[in-house]
Amino acid sequence: MVTSSQARAATPAVETQHYKAEVRNLNFYYGSFHSLKNISFKLEANKATALIGPSGCGKSTLLRCFNRLHDLYPGNRYEGSIVLLPDNVNILDRKVDPIEVRMRIGMVFQKPNPFPKSIFENVAYGLRVRGMNNKTELADRVEAALKGAALWEEVNHRLDDLAFNLSGGQQQRLCIARALATDPEILLFDEPTSALDPIATSSIEELIQDIKHKVTILIVTHNMQQAARVSDYTAYMYLGDLIEFGVTSELFVKPKDKRTEDYITGRFG
Amino acid sequence: MNTEKPSPPSARLDAAAIAELIRTGKRKELVFAILGVFCLAIAILTLTAAFLSLLLDGWSRIRPEFFVNFPSRRAAEAGILSAWVGSFMVLIVTMVAAVPLGVGAAIYLEEYGQKGGWIKDVIEINVTNLAGVPSIIYGLLALGLFVYYFKFGQSVLSAGLTLALLILPIVIVATREALRSVPVHIREAAYGVGATRWQMVSQHLVPYSAGGILTGIIIGLARAIGETAPVITIGALTFIAFLPPSPISTEPPFLNFDWLFSPFTVLPIQMFNWVSRPDSSFHASAAGAGLVLLAMCLAMNALAIYIRYQVRKKIKW
Ligand SMILES: Nc1ncnc2c1ncn2[C@@H]1O[C@H](COP(=O)(O)OP(=O)(O)OP(=O)(O)O)[C@@H](O)[C@H]1O
Ligand SMILES: [Mg+2]
Repeated sequence: MVTSSQARAATPAVETQHYKAEVRNLNFYYGSFHSLKNISFKLEANKATALIGPSGCGKSTLLRCFNRLHDLYPGNRYEGSIVLLPDNVNILDRKVDPIEVRMRIGMVFQKPNPFPKSIFENVAYGLRVRGMNNKTELADRVEAALKGAALWEEVNHRLDDLAFNLSGGQQQRLCIARALATDPEILLFDEPTSALDPIATSSIEELIQDIKHKVTILIVTHNMQQAARVSDYTAYMYLGDLIEFGVTSELFVKPKDKRTEDYITGRFG
Repeated sequence: MNTEKPSPPSARLDAAAIAELIRTGKRKELVFAILGVFCLAIAILTLTAAFLSLLLDGWSRIRPEFFVNFPSRRAAEAGILSAWVGSFMVLIVTMVAAVPLGVGAAIYLEEYGQKGGWIKDVIEINVTNLAGVPSIIYGLLALGLFVYYFKFGQSVLSAGLTLALLILPIVIVATREALRSVPVHIREAAYGVGATRWQMVSQHLVPYSAGGILTGIIIGLARAIGETAPVITIGALTFIAFLPPSPISTEPPFLNFDWLFSPFTVLPIQMFNWVSRPDSSFHASAAGAGLVLLAMCLAMNALAIYIRYQVRKKIKW
């Protein structure tokens, strides 16, 4: 796995079909607070890219640019672009409706956040929003999504139960199923395991490996072992700057920047 | 930067000092607790006394005839038929007007109004202050607006709309509280899968906060049912020996809205009328009507508490 991605990263050719998105000179402001500073990098298709860095460095802020969640709150401002490939649309463009962006790019949050509805309705919600009402089609897709999130075995006999009755880890996998049901092009994870115990954590990590073949993944994590385990590429951020971006195995073994080295060797952060 | 502040002496206390501190703390607590119980006792005793005297005076009147008789010149035969039917009809108008207006306004203020926009600020200030306006002022406003300007007359409709205005702030404030209690991460979950704002509001916010909204509506209606001043101002009659026309008819279109324009009376006004009579046997009738009114208010509040309890049990954020 790692060797193949290394080989690909080593080839200089910018074959666009290998990339799912490109971030170009992205700046982000919370009101007057300049939170992301001139960030550029590329997301390779069907790979997992991890965002690491000390608390407050802007990982979540960057992640939430990808589905325009910042648009929900007043005073936030983007500059630069995030270009979705291969169709070459800048999803930060004002003319692009954030709803369209969110239909194409799914998100899993830090705290499991199922709706207070049944397990079935939670997974079906994204489909319903897209106007799907056919019962059998919904049922098929819900089943597929729950299988994709490795939850089907545990819940297939109680799809009408309230989602709140699931355990924390199950709730998080339900949220992944909810995001998977609509077949997103990119799936964003914001510290998806920070509220979970080690066993639930490893099941989510496995899951992320399993779904890579159909969706490009961008994951924020506080846990460097997790970044090393699940990601192909890693971006190290510090105070709103992207300090270093590279193949995960290389970045952890021989970081180019002193600050990255200090962080991953645990000398600070 | 070099001049370092000397670190303060240790804040560590010995056991005796800690015990002394705790003792003074506890003593103050005890004084406050006694004071609190005393205040509470005054409030509860007064309320209980008022309720008991009402019960004592009015219980003899609580018989089936009391509910099916019109008011009469003879106290023993006087009933509250026209009053409770009037109260009921007015309450329906109030509900039909206040619920969509109040809930709609609250949703607008919470979810649509530009945060920080001046229009929103002006509305906000108005809504909060509206709740403090004396109810008779609403009566005066309604007299000019509904009775004379819109020519609804001194009718059920005018009264219902007046009371709707009166409880609008209650409904708005309660609805906003309920909407606000839906956590941000649930909203973001809905937006995250591509929901529009309207889908988020109608499929998530409103259903999840329905318990709180309903509670607010019921508390508002309980307030409306006891209001007297504004209803007198717009000209409710104090002696009515007939019912408004029935809303249901045997011929098509089966529904009939003449009752909206009918003269009416309501329970508190009936009470007021009986209390102000010199013949003291009417005072028992007034107490009986008071009991009925009180029972209705308590029942509505109990329903509100029950709904809130049920919803809390189901949805824990
Ligand atoms: N809504 C906001 N308004 C203003 N500033 C904000 C807001 N949200 C975050 N910030 C600031 O932006 C910076 C980046 O925050 P962000 O949440 O992206 O950090 P993070 O890297 O995700 O941290 P953590 O690891 O603790 O989640 C921080 O300095 C934070 O204080
Ligand atoms: Mg974060």
